[in-house]
Amino acid sequence: MGKTLFEKIWESHIVVEKQNSPSLIYIDRHLVHEVTSPQAFEGLRINNRKVRRPDLTIATMDHNVPTTDRSLPILDQTSSVQIQTLEKNCKDFGIKLFGINSPNQGIVHVIGPQLGITLPGTTIVCGDSHTSTHGAFGALALGIGTSDVEHVLASQTMWLEKPKPFEIRVEGKRKNPHAVTAKDIVLSIIKNIGTGGGTGTVIEYRGEGITDLSMEQRMTICNMSIEAGARAGLIAPDEKTFDYLRDREYTPKNYESLVDTWKDHLKSDSDATFDKQFTLPIDDIAPQVSWGTNPGMTCDVTESIPTPDEFSKGDVNQKKGAEKALDYMDLKPGTLIEDIKIDRVFIGSCTNARLEDLIEASKVIKDQKISPHVKAMVVPGSQMVKKQAEEMGLDKIFINANFEWREAGCSMCLGMNPDILSPGERCASTSNRNFEGRQGTGGRTHLVSPVMAAAAAINGHFVDVRKMDLN
Amino acid sequence: MDPFKKISSIVTPLDKVNVDTDQIVPKQFLKLVQKSGFGKFLFFNWRYDENENKKSDFVLNDPKYTNSQILVAGDNFGCGSSREHAVWALLDYGFSVIIAPSFADIFLSNCFKNGVLPITLDQKIVEKLQQETGKVEVDLENQIIKTPSEEIRFDIDSYKKKILLEGLDDIAQTFQYEKEISEFERESKIPSVL
Repeated sequence: MGKTLFEKIWESHIVVEKQNSPSLIYIDRHLVHEVTSPQAFEGLRINNRKVRRPDLTIATMDHNVPTTDRSLPILDQTSSVQIQTLEKNCKDFGIKLFGINSPNQGIVHVIGPQLGITLPGTTIVCGDSHTSTHGAFGALALGIGTSDVEHVLASQTMWLEKPKPFEIRVEGKRKNPHAVTAKDIVLSIIKNIGTGGGTGTVIEYRGEGITDLSMEQRMTICNMSIEAGARAGLIAPDEKTFDYLRDREYTPKNYESLVDTWKDHLKSDSDATFDKQFTLPIDDIAPQVSWGTNPGMTCDVTESIPTPDEFSKGDVNQKKGAEKALDYMDLKPGTLIEDIKIDRVFIGSCTNARLEDLIEASKVIKDQKISPHVKAMVVPGSQMVKKQAEEMGLDKIFINANFEWREAGCSMCLGMNPDILSPGERCASTSNRNFEGRQGTGGRTHLVSPVMAAAAAINGHFVDVRKMDLN
Repeated sequence: MDPFKKISSIVTPLDKVNVDTDQIVPKQFLKLVQKSGFGKFLFFNWRYDENENKKSDFVLNDPKYTNSQILVAGDNFGCGSSREHAVWALLDYGFSVIIAPSFADIFLSNCFKNGVLPITLDQKIVEKLQQETGKVEVDLENQIIKTPSEEIRFDIDSYKKKILLEGLDDIAQTFQYEKEISEFERESKIPSVL
């Protein structure tokens, strides 16, 4: 019987196999950041353990770094301690660190691919749930907790129960690919299968709707696999994948011979079977806007807010969840999405802060000004994205429209640094989570694509970006 | 990690689905570099208002649940961020057993690493447990939950059960496979990053 792509990667990384119990899996790449690693390094010290493979480990700081002038001291004392702790840990344990002033600093899931550290067929872990992003390259990429960070540092392995393969087919062609984006595809998927729909599985995204996407768009899709509860997301590598990783700063010297081994092998066999299956036709999908407090609470921009009954389809607990969400979001069923006014716009995060995202958003705002009551910011995903965008003059387009143009980091996706919403503020955000208080206590988040966020910034409320000229 | 002992306590019902780790411990408390002391941040935005006064309508603020060690929650508990701080906060607050119809994968794995026992039970049984006012005993050794009126069996993987019962150091266990790990590394074709 044929094998799925996931099974092929899994089997090639088994160190110790146990039936009906977790297996010991080898990890090829370990990405480390400042928030989920201090306790792991401390554990190594207490037990007098070393980092087994510093040469497979890379660190950066992204979660709580300020996105304002980097030459100034960090005002938040606890953030500063966390950053210094990572610097000391990397020095003590011999780990390569892209520090706050490195040209390679950035969100860990943006820099991995950009530097050629992410490779097809590998296993990648990071103490961050959005590690699923790297699955866009055909890598089995898993978010892990701090204990597993310590375990991987010490042993370069982790115990893992074998997830089940889940096939999601994205079929058809979008009529307006500039207005209906990868973000809208993945939000549509989560809206349909639910935030727990992928629990215990590794999703493989397949079909024309996926192969048509650029690598950066594929990363947006895999990034949000975790919002459907999946252990990881995967897309089989193709020529676009191999081209993207060619000649990056850390692309291996024997890259072409690796590509030869990946080419015919890293895909699901035609007779492979999946435990679960879902198909999304995309010919007619609309831009998506989340209205609630989890990413499954999403609808088309042309729709109105559903009633809790409509949303829950008879599930009492889901209905209660929707009522609480509407209360938190201060929204009423029946309100048109396009009538929702916003206060803030955030273009950033590991979901949507790559160069293409910024290019597409800049087309929407070129020669325009944002609505006078809106505050908007762009936080590039990495210093390299920022530099490339500046070379193209994108910074000027955003600044002329009254956007703030910031340094790279996670920023207002999770608001660990000073970039947060005030209580009651409503934000159109290109990030991945609309949880209560995520972007700031009492803040209200609507998840959208970069072009939808840009259009909302100009208009002061949500608009269907398909009505705008984006060419 | 301390070995998991049989516990007996009243249950705290948390009647919500899709409770994400941002709610369990909000991001402003993730800046600490140690594992201890997170209990005071547990469900912070649900427990306290903007002036940090206790909200009377939140279950954890009801004095009758003060010494509860068992949290009975809704579907998909612990979804979202991988932050292990969520488990550290639950444990530090006093919860060593979490019962729900389903858990998010990363949260589930984090529980076992810290001596917290997550138990997955059928939705109907969970709902019934949420109504239970008497003492409930959780016996991991025999995989049984005893309420004043019934006994409920639960499943758990044998390796994870052993880790919890003996409070084993996961990494020390893995080091027993040093030969296998080294062999794998010799065969691996994936080059170093640097």
